[in-house]
Amino acid sequence: MAGGTQGSGDAVSHTYENARTWLLMPSWVVLTFLALIPVILMLVYSFLTKEFRGGVIWDFSLAAYDQFFFDRGLFGDDPPTFEWTYITIFWRSIWQAGAATLLSLLIGFPTAYFIATRPAHSRAIWVFLITIPYWVNLLIRTVSMKFLLRDQGPLNDTLMGLGIIDAPLTLVNTNFAVQLGLFYSYLPFMVLPIYAAVERYNFSLSEAAADLYASKFVTLRRVLLPAVKPGVVGGCILVFVPSLGSFLAPDLLGGAKNYMIGSLIEEQFKGNAGNWPFGAAASMILLSMVLIVLIIFARSQAHREKGAK
Amino acid sequence: MKNILKTATAASILAMTASMASADGKVVVYHWFEYMPQELIEKFEAETGIEVVMDTYDSNEAMLASLKAGGIGTYDVSVPGDYMVEIMTNEGLVDTIADGELANKGNIADDWLNVSYDHGRKHSIPYQWGSTSFMVDTAEYTGNIDTTDILFSPPAELSGKINMLDSQGEVLAMAALHLGIPQCSTDRDQLKALNALLQEAKTHWSSFNSDTSKDVLVSGDAVVGQIYDGFGAKARAERSTLKYAFPTQGYVVWMDNVVLLKDAPNRENALKFMDFLLEPENIAAVSNFARYGSGITGAEQFMDPELATLAEANPPATAGAGAFIQVCDEATQAVYDQIWTNVKK
Repeated sequence: MAGGTQGSGDAVSHTYENARTWLLMPSWVVLTFLALIPVILMLVYSFLTKEFRGGVIWDFSLAAYDQFFFDRGLFGDDPPTFEWTYITIFWRSIWQAGAATLLSLLIGFPTAYFIATRPAHSRAIWVFLITIPYWVNLLIRTVSMKFLLRDQGPLNDTLMGLGIIDAPLTLVNTNFAVQLGLFYSYLPFMVLPIYAAVERYNFSLSEAAADLYASKFVTLRRVLLPAVKPGVVGGCILVFVPSLGSFLAPDLLGGAKNYMIGSLIEEQFKGNAGNWPFGAAASMILLSMVLIVLIIFARSQAHREKGAK
Repeated sequence: MKNILKTATAASILAMTASMASADGKVVVYHWFEYMPQELIEKFEAETGIEVVMDTYDSNEAMLASLKAGGIGTYDVSVPGDYMVEIMTNEGLVDTIADGELANKGNIADDWLNVSYDHGRKHSIPYQWGSTSFMVDTAEYTGNIDTTDILFSPPAELSGKINMLDSQGEVLAMAALHLGIPQCSTDRDQLKALNALLQEAKTHWSSFNSDTSKDVLVSGDAVVGQIYDGFGAKARAERSTLKYAFPTQGYVVWMDNVVLLKDAPNRENALKFMDFLLEPENIAAVSNFARYGSGITGAEQFMDPELATLAEANPPATAGAGAFIQVCDEATQAVYDQIWTNVKK
């Protein structure tokens, strides 16, 4: 597809071989300072002793992890049982982010497909139209969403004016509003990678499938989807991961009634609890979970590609 | 949400003040968002030639966390609430102001001089004081509002229309007043009752919003909302049917104070800044802006006349006593933290 001019096997260029170490230096420095060191600090802090009202005492302690996994009752002296509180909070965030991802996929895939199948000269305009709302600050967009959804807002007014409903639907401060907010916040992250994948897709494959008597659904499932899968997976990750740690939509649209992962961790550092080791431990557990899922996924992907060859 | 507002305010204030470099140095102020009129900052800079650099926060706890995470030595003064002055003093985060260092110290009103959290005002001066209670939209609910039942066991028509402050201290102190128990109770039955009360009450609450506590009432999203009195006065100006409640069980009283921080890099300028805020005319400008009381003798004559008769600042005879939020010891606080986690889990 790419013209086939320099596609001769080995993709690695040898032009900059000698300078490679130096050229990579900035990336290494940035990654070390902005990713590796903070994560290590967090790991260390999660094993330290909590200082009252924020801060840490440099004594090794497993108290943070104990608090996460064991429930010792209101006064801390009951026999330990398994603690569901934080697992529930994690599960709630995962569920919300998952629902938002699914919603994005259901709307984003047809949109991307539509754009990719327009004549080449008009695609750029469609892509541009998708990104226009995202030039506006995320906070403003989330607040606007709240205005739209509120009891006396335009949506309820319209539905009542049309006689579809008699009393306003309660939409603000519900899980649905949170999912809608997350979906709206991150939709382009779903559309753009899928669009990029579908655009590269060779549509004569679909024609060939049709010639071989595949129905439209079978063509979609067995030919198109496998070809654009990397785009779909990329889009899902790009929507799911930021949704998982998001606090804006849950706070504004969900009413902050229940902790999400993001707000639980924030409370440990900035709130009344002032429990830095616990905040660090919760972050580490989240990070480990995400890493494990991504590693399992990457391995199964590699496995499948090997099998396909 | 909180962070965004905070950052936006900080950025705009920094942008405004950064350009005004000055030969007489600067004072670095760590302050609440939207709590000091820009004209007053300019007046201070014009009078003293000292540049004001301001950073903002949105809760006492966030300020404490930031100071403990390395902010000490950066900031000269901050503006903690009453109980936070005590906590910061216990943590050794504040400097002591010697006698005679503040020329205007005599302006502090007698009521606010020997406060429980800083007897004799060795570390702090009054900034603003007010109360925390809740407002009800009387167009939507016509019953008696001067009772904490409105928040903790609301009539059916108010259920699901209540916004609470997203603040452990304010919510748990109000709940303690409702039950008539001490704020830092160690009595297990009382604590269990408090936990049970909040578990039941939260089913009636629709949201926890602090910095939009005014907006949710003005827009009609909430019919009942926990709110500070000055913020409430601003809300009433936009929706006249809102009424501030003074429950017979009592309500929360607070005072924000300017403290001199430990290792203040510009200690002299910080003292000048504090002296400036002890001038009746200057602190009155803050009151006119924020709609709270000042704690400075003689400020009244510079204050908007309507502030004196403000419904939100003048409790009726039926009102219960106002109570400061209390500072619990570590073991007791752990139980309260657990109760708060149970509310939000």
